[in-house]
Amino acid sequence: MSRPAALRLLLVVGAVALLEIASRLAWIDPISFIPPSRMAEGAWTILASGRYLDDIVLTLATAGAAVLLSISAGFAGGIALFRFPRLRRVLDPLLLSWYAVPVFIFYPMLIVLLGLNRWPLVAIGFLFAVAAMAVNTLNGLERVPQVLLKTARTLRLGRIDEIRLIILPASLPFVFTGIKLSVVYSFLAVIAGEFILSGAGFGYQIAYAYNNFDNETMYGLMLLLLTFVGLVNLALHAAEQHLYQRRVPRDG
Amino acid sequence: MMEGLARSSRPLRWAIRRDWADAAILVAAILAGWTVASWLLGEAVLPTPRGTWLRLLDEFGDPDFMDHLEATVRAFGTAMLIASAGGIAIGLTLGARRLAGDVMEPVLITLYSIPKIALYPIILLMFGLDISARIAFGVIHGIIPIIIFTMTALRNMPPVYARSARTYRLTPFRTAWHVLIPAAMPEIVAGLRIGFSLTLLGTLLGEMFASQYGLGHLLMRSMERNETSTIMALALLLFAFATAASYGLLRLDRYLRH
Repeated sequence: MSRPAALRLLLVVGAVALLEIASRLAWIDPISFIPPSRMAEGAWTILASGRYLDDIVLTLATAGAAVLLSISAGFAGGIALFRFPRLRRVLDPLLLSWYAVPVFIFYPMLIVLLGLNRWPLVAIGFLFAVAAMAVNTLNGLERVPQVLLKTARTLRLGRIDEIRLIILPASLPFVFTGIKLSVVYSFLAVIAGEFILSGAGFGYQIAYAYNNFDNETMYGLMLLLLTFVGLVNLALHAAEQHLYQRRVPRDG
Repeated sequence: MMEGLARSSRPLRWAIRRDWADAAILVAAILAGWTVASWLLGEAVLPTPRGTWLRLLDEFGDPDFMDHLEATVRAFGTAMLIASAGGIAIGLTLGARRLAGDVMEPVLITLYSIPKIALYPIILLMFGLDISARIAFGVIHGIIPIIIFTMTALRNMPPVYARSARTYRLTPFRTAWHVLIPAAMPEIVAGLRIGFSLTLLGTLLGEMFASQYGLGHLLMRSMERNETSTIMALALLLFAFATAASYGLLRLDRYLRH
């Protein structure tokens, strides 16, 4: 293990240990902040009992649908922005302030549009993630070397073949950054939507436990969520590193 | 994660040579799309642009609304100040010390990508139900991109700058003020732009849950009562504010790059 990685591990372990001691010895309010060991216990109880399995599956399915939709629409949107520079210049201010307006506020309209089910939440996740995917796709397309595009023209490839055989492989590492952001953002939006608005799902259960002063469950659920997000991030990061090493030659 | 955002802001910046025609097209297209959508869905679901505008003017005449607006402005302003000052200070420290930066970078990126809303109850338990919890929530959303951008800028800074600072025997504070901050300025502004959006988002989210004040609370209330005209009016206000601020920071960014 490298020195920074070892120090990082030490730091995290130290922080957890400090929290454990601080809450056990009641340096910090033991009612509002329970020791990490009891959080882990809570998380294990939740997993073992299977009590929240339905909510977890529901959240995963909702976020999954949002990820799929935002990746496909964002990719198409990125290509459109690349092909029509004027469109891009016009939409630029919109993309810049996209993330400052909480998309959740359109929930009532989305309910009327899509019905009182999980689709409004899917739409919220989609709206939150699609801009990041489009911008990163655009970014990747701009980095496709001119010579590859010329090759495509020389070989008289059709539009579809050009995208499939040339553009997509050449821009993949950058497009993958968009995919990574889509996954993270869809998840963020779905959890936040559940937390504030919905009556089911992982985010809702955390809010519910908070409102009922059920700290053991609340911290247990948070720990599970953090572990899950951490694992997803780790997997995405590994896949990304792999892509970068394979596709992008080191700049000399 | 952040590299993705950093990269993505670059092509946007080139495209900024926009003229007024582009802005006019965008506004016209939004208005046209909005009007058509509101005809199709009915005004009760999606109010027309005109109705929304009138509603917004109405709201500004309402003292109750002004109180909520003031609460949000105060919470957001304080959060943005803390996030900028703290983010730049931490970013400079981590950027100037390679080992500290190496240790903290993955931790920061993980913190950036966790759904922070799920941790809001902890903030509430720590800070109580008043404005400080909402400020803290805004800060934890906005500070991380500012730290990461500042840190990355310093790490890519030509080493000769740091060497000159040492040659002149500048104190750490004066090194930061005269050398590091000017060298990292464009990236700091880019980080502030993302930090701005996220701080606003965090503050509003904080107001939406377990709060009686602010635009977030108003939004929540209108959502419960299904007052779509208020929702659209507030969305318009927030969007205009965010776009103006984003544009201002971009202008600053371009000015500093010359």
